[in-house]
Amino acid sequence: MEPNDAPPLEIDTKLVASHGHSQAIGLRFVASGDDWAEMAFDYDPKLAMSAETGVLASGPLISLIDSASAVAILAKTGRGRPMATLDMRIDYVRAAKPGRPIIARGECYRVARNVAFVRCDAHDGDPDDLVAHAICSFYMSDE
Amino acid sequence: MSERQPPYADFLGVQRVPDAGEPRIMMPYADNVQGRVGFVHGGVIGGLLEMACYEALIAQLGDDRPKIKPINVAIDFLRGGVMQDTFAVATIQRIGKRIANAQAIAWQDDRNRPIATARMHFLLDR
Repeated sequence: MEPNDAPPLEIDTKLVASHGHSQAIGLRFVASGDDWAEMAFDYDPKLAMSAETGVLASGPLISLIDSASAVAILAKTGRGRPMATLDMRIDYVRAAKPGRPIIARGECYRVARNVAFVRCDAHDGDPDDLVAHAICSFYMSDE
Repeated sequence: MSERQPPYADFLGVQRVPDAGEPRIMMPYADNVQGRVGFVHGGVIGGLLEMACYEALIAQLGDDRPKIKPINVAIDFLRGGVMQDTFAVATIQRIGKRIANAQAIAWQDDRNRPIATARMHFLLDR
């Protein structure tokens, strides 16, 4: 599958990151394919867990993983349905290096009638050197 | 949230709830925590639950504590968080030599109706 620089029409990239918390942490759409989506945010000292070290708090990472996973489902299903995150399980593989943007790639590997399953990797520049790995499930209501 | 509040906690407006008899924290509803219109972003709820785990762990370990590193977290979302203040508190299940286990809940108007729960592992770098 090839990345689409222009995302499929069904994904409203403005809607996924233009308001509320997503906007506040500077979340942005990067790319998507037939069952995956990438989102990212730039490093910002206001999102750090420690002012001294500048190490990023994990909260923004959770928000990023949640959003990239939801958009991956959208990429796979091709249509927006109301959905809610059921659960997330995140391994903090290593601390992200302060100053670097964080990129997360969600891959929706299964959509059942009312539940979708996603795995999501996050890195700070090198996709082979992860900062976090997650699996998530989402509930989707019937139309 | 500890002696000096992390920038991210300030960003979310998180504050300690004094005299709760437990390391309880509170996050007021604001525009910058909104996810889906009318609801608190799941990532924010996850972040709040993790902060509660840190608070409880720091309260137990005291001032002379090892470096705390997060290993992983498992979050269950039970209900949507609406446009209200959100509370969170954690209990420490075990503090070992190198590993600590914490369990957190978040709620809004009714503590018996939690909106999310989390379990977390920490590495204690002694």
